[in-house]
Amino acid sequence: MNAVGNTSAPVYGIAAEFQCARDLYHAAQKIRDAGFQKWDVFSPFPIHGMDEAMGMKRSILGKVVFLGGLTGFLTAVTLEFGTSSFLYPLIVAGKPTNLFTVPAFFPIMFELTILLSAFTAVFGMLLMNGLPRLNHQLFNWDRFKLVTEDKFFVAIEAKDPQFSSRSVSDFLESLGGTHITTIHGD
Amino acid sequence: MSNPTATAEHNEPPTAEDKQLVRPPLVLNQRTMGWISSYISSIVEGKTPTWWYVSMAFTIPLTLLCLALLAYLISTGVGVWGNNHPVGWAWDITNFVFWIGIGHAGTLISAILFLTRQKWRTSINRAAEAMTLFAVVCAGIYPALHVGRVWMAWWLAPVPNANAIWQNFRSPLLWDVFAVSTYFTVSVLFWYTGLIPDLATLRDRCTTKIRKFIYGVLALGWRGGNRQWRHYEMAYLILAGLSTPLVLSVHSVVSFDFATSVVPGWHTTIFPPYFVAGAIFGGFAMVLTIMIPACAIYKPLHDLVTVNHVDKMCKIILLTGSIVGYAYLMELFIAWYSANPYERAAFWYRAFGPYWWAYWSMMFCNVVSPQFFWFKFFRTHLVWVWIIVQFPNMGMWFERFVIIATTLTRDFTPSAWGMFHPTWVDICTFIGTFGLFGTLFLLFIRFLPMICMFEVKAVLPEADPHHGEAHH
Repeated sequence: MNAVGNTSAPVYGIAAEFQCARDLYHAAQKIRDAGFQKWDVFSPFPIHGMDEAMGMKRSILGKVVFLGGLTGFLTAVTLEFGTSSFLYPLIVAGKPTNLFTVPAFFPIMFELTILLSAFTAVFGMLLMNGLPRLNHQLFNWDRFKLVTEDKFFVAIEAKDPQFSSRSVSDFLESLGGTHITTIHGD
Repeated sequence: MSNPTATAEHNEPPTAEDKQLVRPPLVLNQRTMGWISSYISSIVEGKTPTWWYVSMAFTIPLTLLCLALLAYLISTGVGVWGNNHPVGWAWDITNFVFWIGIGHAGTLISAILFLTRQKWRTSINRAAEAMTLFAVVCAGIYPALHVGRVWMAWWLAPVPNANAIWQNFRSPLLWDVFAVSTYFTVSVLFWYTGLIPDLATLRDRCTTKIRKFIYGVLALGWRGGNRQWRHYEMAYLILAGLSTPLVLSVHSVVSFDFATSVVPGWHTTIFPPYFVAGAIFGGFAMVLTIMIPACAIYKPLHDLVTVNHVDKMCKIILLTGSIVGYAYLMELFIAWYSANPYERAAFWYRAFGPYWWAYWSMMFCNVVSPQFFWFKFFRTHLVWVWIIVQFPNMGMWFERFVIIATTLTRDFTPSAWGMFHPTWVDICTFIGTFGLFGTLFLLFIRFLPMICMFEVKAVLPEADPHHGEAHH
């Protein structure tokens, strides 16, 4: 079995290459059924149904974005009524500034809701994915660069409670993985 | 399996039921995933082609012209433009609405066609989104500069100031500030989110240290694990969901600048949908104006941006152009039906006053010219498509000119009547914004993947995890 990275550094995990989305999908189902916890499959594009094959639930990002949107909405309400009613009361078209004149305040409430939701969606996604980062142990393996081209990979991390180099590499081989490699850190 | 290649692999003759399900493939010539990465990245990685330098030799001087004239405007005053009583909004707001409208097609392709699962969008969305950003950059120049004293533009922002004055949040002009700046920010976020996996592809293909550093930083450490993809896909879906009402709101808010006034010809409830349809109409014309030459230069792109794509975009132009035509006729009908003499006079003046040529140019370009797209011949011959879409490009500019300048030249009392004449600064600044737009787009083509590689890979038949398996 190959080893990449600094071989005296701790092992990050064992990775294997697969040739197509279908093979990766079936491999993921079997790894899930074998009860592994710390592992991931890597592909050039998102694969439909892979969350289920890996036994993962729906991303919670949507709920977080709701809170972001709510923050945006409340910011707009505070900003608009705080300034137009209290700090600098302004009579427009002979109308007071109270809840009955709210329609004219809607556009900015809407825009700020969207703006903060979008920020939450993007930065929340990055945070949940542990990004941005400049390097990762997997990048020590040159073949792994093909993951953004047309190859598919599985990596089982050493942190997994069931991890042992011999059994994991045999297991990945039995799933049809090739180029099985131990990945060390730097 | 509903795709022809999958059926072919089974070596079974397709049944009658299968035949009904077969759709034309989105990517022609059975291109593989490797080819898609290699070809699209090679555009960015290869030697800079001569045509690129030649094009830049045109666009950079125009950009500099635009910047120089803006410096002239700031240093001298807004009087260097032809805006004057009674036409206080003239070419500046015409050009603002023109450019911001162009941006809308990009968001429509990236967001609305995503939500409606129109998979053909994958090969055009990246370039269309880039077009959106650059068009909004060009648009933003005008409202920022037409305030006259640009160094006071920060008064638009709701921040405490020494006079303890706050903004009027019930003014459509302030809605516009929020709508356009939100639109630009969200478009940047959407575009960049879509770029991350493709920047990772460029990073992984790099051969030089500098490129590896730049693309490595820009790719943010993307690895393509499913634990990343699942949040990524959710974020993309949410952004599409947010951008859809956003894009509809932006041009609606732009139309409120007019519709909430009491000026005859502007004070109409039809404006928001009519502006949005017009924006999509003009924007798709601009997408085709750019994409057809880009694919003519990079010929293998015809396997990704196929005639089928062009055909669909032409149909959208036909649909939105007809909506715009309906709106024009409905405006005339309501002007007559309202029995309001000022409203009737405003529309009579548009069609038969001294700006009749602008009105009839608009009518021809926006209502008559897209009707050619009823015929498949005109939708599928790229040269014809390119020629025909130049009319919507021009027509949408005339539309905004007709709405703004023609309306303002006739006030309620004849003593306040007057004509608008653009100055050379007006004209050259507008030409200069095309240079800016072109320069930004050329830089984009040169340094970033102009087609969304990972999404195109995902619509290939072999991307399906059940590809080649029996029906289930």
